[in-house]
Amino acid sequence: MAEQITIYINNKEYKVDPGQTIMQAADKLGFHIPRLCYHPKLSIEGACRVCIVEVEGARNYVASCAYPVANGMKIHTNSQELRQARRDIIELILDNHPLDCHVCERDGNCELQRLASSMGIRARHFQGERKVYDKDLSSEAVIRDPEKCILCGRCVRMCSEIQQVHNLTQAHRGFDTVVMPAYDMPMGESVCTACGQCINVCPTAAFLEKNYTQDLFQKLNDPNLIKVVQFAPSVRAAIGEAFGIEPGRNMEGELIAALRKLGFNYVFDTQFSADLTIMEEGSEFLERVQNNGKLPMITSCSSAWMKCLEQFYPDLIENVSTCKSPMSMQGALTKSYFAQKIGVDPKKILSVAAMCCTAKKYEAAREELLVDGMRGVDIVVTTREISWMIKSAGIDLLHIQPEEPDHPLGESSGAGAIFGVTGGVMEAAIRTAYELYTGQTLIDIELESIRGLKGIKEGKIDLDGKEIRVAVAHGLGNACKLLDTVRKDPERYHFIEIMGCPGGCIGGGGQPYAQANSIPLDEGALMKRAQALYDLDRGKTIRRSHDNPDVQKLYKEFLHSPLSKVSHKYLHTHYKAKLPKGIIPKNG
Amino acid sequence: MTQVETDKLNELNAFMEQAVQNEHSDSYLIAVLHKVQQLYGYLPREVMDTVADKMQIPTAHIWGVATFYHYFNLSPIGKHTVSVCLGTACYVKGAEKVLDTVKKELKITVGQTTEDRLFTLQEARCLGACGIAPVMMIDDKIYGELDAKKTVDIINQYRKAEKQNAEKQS
Repeated sequence: MAEQITIYINNKEYKVDPGQTIMQAADKLGFHIPRLCYHPKLSIEGACRVCIVEVEGARNYVASCAYPVANGMKIHTNSQELRQARRDIIELILDNHPLDCHVCERDGNCELQRLASSMGIRARHFQGERKVYDKDLSSEAVIRDPEKCILCGRCVRMCSEIQQVHNLTQAHRGFDTVVMPAYDMPMGESVCTACGQCINVCPTAAFLEKNYTQDLFQKLNDPNLIKVVQFAPSVRAAIGEAFGIEPGRNMEGELIAALRKLGFNYVFDTQFSADLTIMEEGSEFLERVQNNGKLPMITSCSSAWMKCLEQFYPDLIENVSTCKSPMSMQGALTKSYFAQKIGVDPKKILSVAAMCCTAKKYEAAREELLVDGMRGVDIVVTTREISWMIKSAGIDLLHIQPEEPDHPLGESSGAGAIFGVTGGVMEAAIRTAYELYTGQTLIDIELESIRGLKGIKEGKIDLDGKEIRVAVAHGLGNACKLLDTVRKDPERYHFIEIMGCPGGCIGGGGQPYAQANSIPLDEGALMKRAQALYDLDRGKTIRRSHDNPDVQKLYKEFLHSPLSKVSHKYLHTHYKAKLPKGIIPKNG
Repeated sequence: MTQVETDKLNELNAFMEQAVQNEHSDSYLIAVLHKVQQLYGYLPREVMDTVADKMQIPTAHIWGVATFYHYFNLSPIGKHTVSVCLGTACYVKGAEKVLDTVKKELKITVGQTTEDRLFTLQEARCLGACGIAPVMMIDDKIYGELDAKKTVDIINQYRKAEKQNAEKQS
């Protein structure tokens, strides 16, 4: 380790490690320098200048996110002139920003608003030209609103560096700069995978999910509809944050109670269909292994990932499991098995999904997923939308009496719960596949090698002397890297799990916005959300999907067996190449 | 594809093949885009797609570069480029009126091309012919001491020449 150097911050002496920026050093010493375009997981842009500090001897104020510390450096973070300069910068950003905070979807959750407030900006001193643009409403999932954009570039970097989709760019220049897809294509026609990470990192409302809350409130009041809802594992692990509590509290029971109070007649759990997915996907995998089918098999639960694959890896479509995502399986069963069970016309059922994901809005509208001409899921709302609805309806989520989900699509095993975390689908699949294949019970069911937030994880399982090599990737960038390996070395793995978002569904594009004093996709927060699901798994008596009694009952009454004709009709689908000409992932 | 089109594409491909040999080949993007404009007169989208594919640079990134520089044309340009000078001398001698006349006559604004692809309109800052201000330049020919009528007459000359050309060919 290099020797520590001495710096002075606001006239106090500190020993710090060399080779870091002023901001990094200051963070560790407890000085939070205001910032906007900076994000620890993204490259340094230095665009917003909000993080300027005074360095004695330097000609101008320097951007602390980009400026390295040096021995003897005298830094001031809070002098009167500096405060004024910083404030001017924010005021100039605000001058070209629609001041419609009280009718903005990010009101109360906006970084720019918080920053302005912390600078003490209480009046507008600049009156300049204002940019005027239309909203891009073309996508099923992600709305782009260039008028709200302050050009920090976090979305562009997220899309290209972490997700490696490279859909967004800052086009044109100066006052006319706009964040847009190539050729100013509408989002709905672009290579956008709808993952929603641009929404997660946007400090304002320049990117938003397509909001269905008003539509849903209206339908919840329709007495002719049977209102059915399902919710994803990761929603329960994160929704508390939208109500101001620390990450990591499992709100399952409270959420179920709140959904009933909102007016849903049946509250089901997507974890049920996660178990079902394991039955189908696990069987599909074993069939491929035993009959020399296409390997490695790749999971298909993540809808952003599926679009990414169809666009950039069409040569690997045969490797993807034909299983629908748990949400779509649940939707299909809601309108068939469940409708028959309660003896109603499926057209009278309103099937709603509360998801941690924005891409599920896109998935729900996919034509390939229609069953008997009907959508399995009619409305998808994100964790953010459902938490807003709960607040708006005056339901006190934090103090509500927890309730249990309904049958027959609500019971779940611990394996279903961990579906929300990177590595979880693989872990759940192995728990079941091992037993189906060997006929023995897997003793050590917690697979540490594929847990955690490492970008690409590998593991091995011994199936009665047959070595099965598995790999797990989360975030589309890591997924692309892993698939580049598969292209070069197709024999390397047998089974691959991919989740499109950092951390898996727990870091989904529809999760609650980062609260004050935290950052979007903070790894600590992601780990706590993951822990909530691992704890949920550990607390269950049934921890293997095939032991779920409701799943067993479903096979007995309706599906007969995994991969049966009925299963194929309702639970499986197909994918096809979507070739956006000339748009490629890096190293693709 | 016509022979001319094939030749253009071959020349571009050869240029890019050279570029990708180099270290940091993505830094040759601007040079490649210059080549595209030299060959096609503007940056056609399908050609930008080809560049993305060959150079392994995401299309969105190419779009960012192409829109940043005014030099690059994003739509086809006309047979003739009309540049109206808005430099100080021309401006005080009534260049704005000349520009308005051209706009009205061609039914386009600055940066656009007429529907018949005959004219593209541009602004210029001083063409070095202040003595005969206000001036405009069509391709590389300067026209000075303009007023509305003279401006329209000049445009009509080009139209007439084009018409005669077309008749000769048919």
